Amino acid sequence: METDWGLAAEETLRPSPRPKVTAARRLSYLKERAIESLLLFAAFSSVAITLGIVSILIYESSTFFAHVSLREFFTDTLWTPLFASPRFGILPLVMGTLVTTAVALVVALPIGTVVAVYLSEFAPPSVREIIKPALELLSAVPTVVYGYFALQFMSPLLQKIIPGLPTFNMLSAGVVMGIMIIPYVSSLSEDAMRAVPMSLREGAYALGANRIITALKVVYPAALSGIVASYILAISRAIGETMIVAIAAGMQPNLTLDPREPAATITAFIVQVSLGDLPHGSIGYQSIFAAGMTLFVMTLVFNILGYMLRKRFREVY
Amino acid sequence: MSDFRRIIAKRKRQDFVFNIIGIVCTLVGILTLGALLVDLLVDGLPRLSLTFLSSFPSRFAEQAGILSSWVGTILIMIVTACAAVPLGVAAGVYLEEYARKNWLTNLIEINIANLAGVPSIIYGLMALGLLVYQFRLGQSVLTGGLTLAFLILPIVIVATREALRTIPQGIREAAYALGSTKWQVVRHHLLPYSVGGTMTGIIIALSRAIGETAPLITIGALTFIAFLPPPPVQAQPPFISFGWIWSPFSVLPIQMFNWVSRPDQAFAVNAAAAGLVLIVVTLSLNAIAILIRYRVRKRIKW
Repeated sequence: METDWGLAAEETLRPSPRPKVTAARRLSYLKERAIESLLLFAAFSSVAITLGIVSILIYESSTFFAHVSLREFFTDTLWTPLFASPRFGILPLVMGTLVTTAVALVVALPIGTVVAVYLSEFAPPSVREIIKPALELLSAVPTVVYGYFALQFMSPLLQKIIPGLPTFNMLSAGVVMGIMIIPYVSSLSEDAMRAVPMSLREGAYALGANRIITALKVVYPAALSGIVASYILAISRAIGETMIVAIAAGMQPNLTLDPREPAATITAFIVQVSLGDLPHGSIGYQSIFAAGMTLFVMTLVFNILGYMLRKRFREVY
Repeated sequence: MSDFRRIIAKRKRQDFVFNIIGIVCTLVGILTLGALLVDLLVDGLPRLSLTFLSSFPSRFAEQAGILSSWVGTILIMIVTACAAVPLGVAAGVYLEEYARKNWLTNLIEINIANLAGVPSIIYGLMALGLLVYQFRLGQSVLTGGLTLAFLILPIVIVATREALRTIPQGIREAAYALGSTKWQVVRHHLLPYSVGGTMTGIIIALSRAIGETAPLITIGALTFIAFLPPPPVQAQPPFISFGWIWSPFSVLPIQMFNWVSRPDQAFAVNAAAAGLVLIVVTLSLNAIAILIRYRVRKRIKW
């Protein structure tokens, strides 16, 4: 049989004659389009939330900055917005935030990194399968519970080591906060290290390196992009953490670099004001938005920095 | 030759030492979790009783309980789940199945990644300015629930997308080949197959929302509340009432915070008991999520 198979195949594949566009078909088409728009609307809601955050922060803090000059806001060293003669220098709050964050990072970054290296390069798979979810539970504990722990357990413990440590201090708040963010560092860094191709490790082993040299000189640099991302996430979490510092670090703005002293952070100040009953539109009410704006910009800067570092250190295999 | 042996021995020792350091560091995390649980148990367990669960807060530490706050937590969670789950799943489906590669999709994706990094208290400020004062929803259960819904929306979206991504392309193609429309593919195949992963994400997100304190304090949730919201079911028609969504509220973590920040040690015991309830709820939710993930992973083999 001298059939042109190609043509015949095409014949069978040709779509059946276009069906008449019935009302039902049109309805089904409309329904599909309606559903798609609805889903797009849902996806867009996240953008709306961001717009809401940015516009409310700008709107409310603009009325604040109509009363308080930017110069005073950034250079004054006293933050007493609720006093009879208010002073609006954000520095003490920023310093409190930075000191507690620094303490938390001193705890979380080394421990988290070592745990990540251990889980990814040393631990047997059975251990890893248990330890990793167990560590992740650390980040599932409500932060107010950590606050209780910092005040009732960590502070008395540290007071035994450091005599004269006040009950409220940035050190115990920072240490507990650091332990809380260990899993953010360890889980994400471990994921990044495990994504490094096995051939790189084998290359190092073939050259006579042991595990720790391989981990530190080959795997860690290769995974640096992901590890940096986890560090940045830890920093943003520490800056924005509220309940631990509000409970355990004290509520007095205090311009100091000494973590043994009590000091309020930006977040603690917002909580303190919100607990009171400030009238809508008062300068005290607006001051929490100015403080929130500062916090938002700080985390934004770190997020952008993280994005740039991630690009800078990205290795492609 | 002995040089060589010495080097090998030294390297093995290095590995051994790091192994120990690694185990110690891991233990720091695990032991802290343990210390925290033991601390709460020792302080709070004697205080935990049915009267504690069924009493209103009080000026007297011995009479105070968490009735209004756990009811508040449940009501808030209902609103949060009703808002965040449909919105988050729909957004996840759109981004994973419908979205074309264009600037709008890019914008939404960058935005979701950034939202996850915004501190929770900022959401509270936004809700205070927008929901409480601009939309005039008041300091109600509705406002609180929506605030937490905004907060966990990125988690739900990301979980939905990851669950959808694990479904092989062949399933979609097979359904299309049988003449399904896109929505039919999503509705009859993708959503049912991804339900395990999505549920895991939703439960983890809700467990995070239960523990959130700061944004609810910011919108002005009460720390002392000695009445319950109107019940959702009534004796007379129309039987169902939504009066509770306008009610003022307190939640468990706020009640705990209130007790922690009092100097009287008797209230610290109450705080420990409330914290115990809170941590049992969040950790069991997480355990359920891990269990679901484990079972789904075992059951489904594409």
